[in-house]
Formats: sequence, structure tokens, C-alpha cells
Amino acid sequence: MAYGPHTPADRQRMLAALGMQSVDELFADIPEGLRSSPLKLDPPEPEQLLMNRLAGLAGRNRVELASFLGAGAYRHFSPPMVDQILLRGEWYTAYTPYQPEVSQGTLQSIYEYESLIAELIGLDVVSASHYDGAAATAEAALMTCRAAARRRVLVSQAVHPHYREVLRTYFAGAGLDIEEIPLVADGPAGGTTDLAELERRLAEADEPVAGVLLAQPNFYGLLEPMAEAATLTHAAGALFVAVVEPVSLAVLAPPGAYGADIAAGEGQALGIPPQYGGPYLGILACTDSLVRQIPGRLVGMTSDVDGKRAYVMTLQAREQHIRREKAASNICTNQTLLALAASVWLAALGPHGLRDVAAMGAARAAELEAALASMGVARAHAGAYLNEFAIRVPNARAVHRALLGRGVLAGLVLADAVPDQPAFADALLVCATEVTTGNDIATFARELGAVLGGETAGGAFEPAATPAAANA
Amino acid sequence: MVPSDLRYTKDHEWVRVEGKTATIGVTDFAANQLGDVVFVDLPVVGRAVDQFATFGVVESVKAVSDLYAPVSGQVVDVNGDLASKPELVNSDPFGEGWMIKVELGDAAQLGELLDAAAYEKLTAEA
Repeated sequence: MAYGPHTPADRQRMLAALGMQSVDELFADIPEGLRSSPLKLDPPEPEQLLMNRLAGLAGRNRVELASFLGAGAYRHFSPPMVDQILLRGEWYTAYTPYQPEVSQGTLQSIYEYESLIAELIGLDVVSASHYDGAAATAEAALMTCRAAARRRVLVSQAVHPHYREVLRTYFAGAGLDIEEIPLVADGPAGGTTDLAELERRLAEADEPVAGVLLAQPNFYGLLEPMAEAATLTHAAGALFVAVVEPVSLAVLAPPGAYGADIAAGEGQALGIPPQYGGPYLGILACTDSLVRQIPGRLVGMTSDVDGKRAYVMTLQAREQHIRREKAASNICTNQTLLALAASVWLAALGPHGLRDVAAMGAARAAELEAALASMGVARAHAGAYLNEFAIRVPNARAVHRALLGRGVLAGLVLADAVPDQPAFADALLVCATEVTTGNDIATFARELGAVLGGETAGGAFEPAATPAAANA
Repeated sequence: MVPSDLRYTKDHEWVRVEGKTATIGVTDFAANQLGDVVFVDLPVVGRAVDQFATFGVVESVKAVSDLYAPVSGQVVDVNGDLASKPELVNSDPFGEGWMIKVELGDAAQLGELLDAAAYEKLTAEA
């Protein structure tokens, strides 16, 4: 059988059938400025030379740093069995099987993913995964609008800034309103969502609220009063969405325990290495009463004609191949391989192992807080945190840069992440997990002390000369 | 034979008018075509529905279909039994399988619907 792309004659026949002269005419609706320009590639080079060049580029990655960066992506130990299972060829079928019941193994893996996440989150239904945490969060917000038949959603400013950006994109397209709830400025609740303001916004009767989104832990690592926020939300007839970090649920109350109707989150922390640009894993879960509003694949367990256990795609009437433009979502995809990775990681650790991971991260973070405090660097907030917190550092951006020169990735410069929040102009967001070593913590504290002490050994701390500081 | 006292749409909904109240459901023909109904999504009481516009969705094991309102009006009652017993649409489409009741806004709209004889002719040809 001949296998090849279309010949020029094939193209001419297709164009003739369409009544067109050229392939470009197919793209006439796309504005000129948005069309891709021709790729300007270097001439071909031998594979071995190319490999050398790529290895050189990869070598520029700083993998030796003592890293305290979290901010939505977290490092965890992943036993080799996780990768080993993922590498099996059986998994590399269509990521969403279109003759699904033939692929019982894939369906079983999805069913197990859904079951594990449902147990962790404490809600009834889990979809077979989404693109990433931001996409899942946006889908959760859209679910509240469909379920409540309302157009206005409130989101805490302590939800990850990237997620809020994606929310704004989804909502602009759908003609819906997204409003941000500010944070408490200082005091014991500083850095958490302002519940008094939430209550005020919920009471505005002219435009009733469909849903309220809070993150737990929030972007600044702090624990939010989720139960109180859920109660206020339900009193206004709206749905409550918890944006969660799944590993934390081994030690924190799960969304199902404090009345969340929907939970969304980034599943990367479940043993998937942090990667620039992904692929990551969007988690989305809801109560049984919202099952027809949840987008994405759902796999159920049933019996076949012989009474044997069988897995099936279920409730497909929500989906775009059945419902077209009326589907629960036309912009969702799933990440079956990453969901499988998360399932294998969770199964390998077991419930006790997962609790150990979460508890060890919290213990390491407490050590980090104490070590930094000994250098005179204090937390930016007073409230409880789990394994991530903000610290006040003068000239934060320049200090962060200086520490990179000393082998330390000192978390995230908050002024870059949330430039609209003057309260975080001089602050770093730092995190620890079970892979953070005592040595890493000692190095961070020592080098931070040296940098703040004005020591210029290594030549890296010259705030006025760094371009980033000059722009600030 | 479909009940002679009802009016029908070409999309297989029926309407029964008693005073100002119009009860709406789908016909036995629709129920047979759909197969086993597993879910009916209905509007909340108080919502307005427009003649020939969608007011809900009926889902069976093999299809999903929109429901079209035979007449305009405000929803005054919804058949809550269908939430736990959607199969009533199959077993008793003209009775216990009713879906919503609306307060009839404009009785003249009934003139745009089919009578039993015309509807039977339509389904005989289908």
C-alpha cells in the first residue's frame, strides 16, 4: 500500500472541488498579521553534531541549584517504577480512545485515576483530567455559571496569578464577568482572602454570583478559611470552588469536608517533574449533583453481558462528539499519560507515604523559616502555612539574582508574579518539600546572610548595575 | 392512537391546555425513538419559555435531544419525579411522564400546532 502525503495532483483535485485556486485561500479568514511566517531554519546538519549542540544547550540549565522555587509547581521524589511503567508501549495509544471499550486497560487506568483523586479530594466525580491546573480552574468557574444560570464569578486574589489570567481569557470569550476579591492587608489574617469583602460582593443583588473561587493553600502558601468562605457562598445561592494542591490534601481537610461543590487543581505535584511549559495535569472534581456539568471524559465500571467487570466511557452526552456546540466544553482535552503517572505515583506511595511526603515538606519549611529568621529575614504574613511562605527581603529582585550566583534559587520574586500588588514589592515566595535537604537550607541561610550583609564576594550583588533592578 | 385532546409540535412535544395552564411532554413516538430515557434536564420554576425554543434536554442511552416548547409562557411547575424516575417518559409519556407546566401567555399560539390527526399523519410518514 502506498503511503505518503498528498501529491500536487491530489491537492489540485481537492481545491477544484472547493472552487479555490490555492491552499492560501483556505486561510483567508485569518488576519494577515496572525498568520505564521515561514520558518527560517538553518541548513540540515549531521545528527551527531546536532546532538552535541543540543547537549550544549541543555548543559546551560542550572540543575545544581539549591532550589526553593514552588509557586504552583513542586518537586517531589518519584520512584523509578513510575517512569518504568509509563515507558511501556501499551500506554502509547490514542490519548483518548475513540473505540474506548476495546481499550479496557486504558479505561481501567483512567478509572483508577478518578477513584484515587476522588478519595483524596472527597468529592463524588472526577473527570479524566484536563490540560493543566489553570484550565481546570477556568472550567470549574464556567461550570458554576452553567449550573447556577448566572454570569458573575468571584475569584480570590490569592488564586495563582496565571490561573486568574486564564480565567479572564475564558470569561472574556464567553461574555461572563470575573471579579477579584482583595486580600486582608495585615494582621493575623494578612495575605488571605478578605471574607468581609466577599460577603459584601455576594450581597450585591443586581447581579447574583454563580461561583466563588479560593485556593488552599493560597498562592502565598497560606491556609484560607475555606469552610467560612463556603458557608458565605452557599448562603448567596452560589457554588464554591476550591483550587487545591493535591499533595497537601494528605494532611489538610479535603474540599468535600468543607462543603466545596467543585475542586480544581494542578496535578503536577503528584510525582510529575517540574517542566517548563508542561505537560502538566489538570484535576477537576465535583459533587454528584453537578455531574452533567463537568467537562471531559468520565469512565465508569459496569458488568458486561457475561457478568464480568468492564469499564466504559460514561455520560458522554456532555461531550462534544455527541453534543457539539452544546457540550460542557469545546476547549478541553485530557492528559491520560500524566494522569497515569499520577496514579502510579499515588499507588506507589500509598496513603501513609503520601501523608509522609506532605508532613516532611511542612517540617522542612518550618526548618527553613527558622534558618531564615536566624539571618534576620522574617515571613511577610502571620497566618498558618503548609510548606510555602513569603518572606520580606529588601531589594528582593537584586538579592534573588545575587543568590543565583551563589548556587541558590531563592524562590519567586513576588514583584514579578503579582506586579499589581504593592504589598509584595519586596518579597520572595519560598517553598520546601521532602526533597529539600538540611544542607540546602543551611546554604540558603548562609548565602542570604552574606548577600544581605553587603558582602560582594562572587561579585554578584550589585543592585544598581543589574538590569532587572534598574527597571524596577 | 395519540390522545385527541392534545396539540402537537413537529418535534414531537405535546401540550394539554386546562384553563390557563399548559402541560407539556413528549409523545410516545418520541419516547420510542429515543429508547430508554436516563435523564431529563428541565428549567426551574419561574423561567420563561418561548414557543418553539428549547426549554430542556432529554437524554437516552443512545441519543440526546433538545426539548422545544409548544407554547410560550412562564414555568409554574416541573415534574420532579423525572429526576429519580426518568423512565416515566417511556412508560407513560402522555401521563406521569409530563415535563413542565407553563402559564399560557397567548392561546392563539395553539393554532400553530398540529391536531392529533395531523400529528398521526406526520409520524406515519416518518
